[in-house]
Amino acid sequence: MGTMVAAPSQPRSPSRARRLVGYLVLGTWFGIVLTKSQVVSWFRVQEMFRFQSFYMFGMLGSAVLVAGVSIELIRRFQVKTLDGDQIVIPPKVLGRGYRYVLGGTVFGIGWALTGACPGPLFALVGAGVSVILVSVVAALAGTWAYGYLRPRLPH
Amino acid sequence: MAFLSRPWPWWVAGPLIGLFVPILLVFENRQFGFSSNLRHLCAALLPGDVEFFCYDWRSSGLWNLVFLAGTVLGGYIGGSLLAAHDVPLSAHAQAALTALGIHDLSGLAPREVFSWSALGTLRGFVLVVLGGLCVGFGTAYAGGCTSGHGVAGLAAREKSSLLAVLGFFAGGLIATHLILPHLF
Repeated sequence: MGTMVAAPSQPRSPSRARRLVGYLVLGTWFGIVLTKSQVVSWFRVQEMFRFQSFYMFGMLGSAVLVAGVSIELIRRFQVKTLDGDQIVIPPKVLGRGYRYVLGGTVFGIGWALTGACPGPLFALVGAGVSVILVSVVAALAGTWAYGYLRPRLPH
Repeated sequence: MAFLSRPWPWWVAGPLIGLFVPILLVFENRQFGFSSNLRHLCAALLPGDVEFFCYDWRSSGLWNLVFLAGTVLGGYIGGSLLAAHDVPLSAHAQAALTALGIHDLSGLAPREVFSWSALGTLRGFVLVVLGGLCVGFGTAYAGGCTSGHGVAGLAAREKSSLLAVLGFFAGGLIATHLILPHLF
């Protein structure tokens, strides 16, 4: 990234690099929140799937609430992006819904086994649980396998 | 500073996570969703001839991969620098996990399973390797994970995200109550 050259065809590339720093800061904040809230913890995830604490449910519920109210406000007041563009949230394609139920279930199994969803997998590597690197590689293999099998899977 | 070193309550952490949705939208019209990174990494590292990975990951995914690099850094800051405390589990959960056969409830994950030396055991292999495989396959198949479907999708009142989240919980309950008891 440090060697990013401003190509003549991209007049906005200096600001592009600055934007990427913004994403780095946001990602860092995300990693801090994930670890301090202990969503990254296998113990917490087990506690959730055993319904033995309100913690994770309160966390997910309040996250959805805040995000939902924000989206509502963005729509009502037609909030623009920093560049002045219209904010568009592309709708997801429901189709027959198989992919959401089947894919969701497979991910849920993985979530309970590793105790981590994709974000926490990477936060855990940073937090020093080094063996999770193996899970990261396995997750990449899993995503690759999906890409390979995609034409043959029901969606 | 005491607050920074202690675990955060859900009513602080949840809203902070939710705020990522509007922040990313206002910043550059980006959709909050972490698992896309697994696809971008595949596209960057080993696209093969697979159609799913043949796209310009730099233009669509570079921002997210930079976000990912930050997440690793944030994990280091939050998990190491700001003193990782033991998870304040409920008494019920402590009892259940002890009954399952986990003796060490300290740290972020049970050391007796999540360590290099346990990787060769059946439960180490199932939890670390097969678990990771399911996370990668399932999120790609479902087109999102806890962030994309669980937070952003539900907040946008997407029916598909509700189906996905119901799937997340069905899978989690299957693994917790039908698979884990056989491994300990």
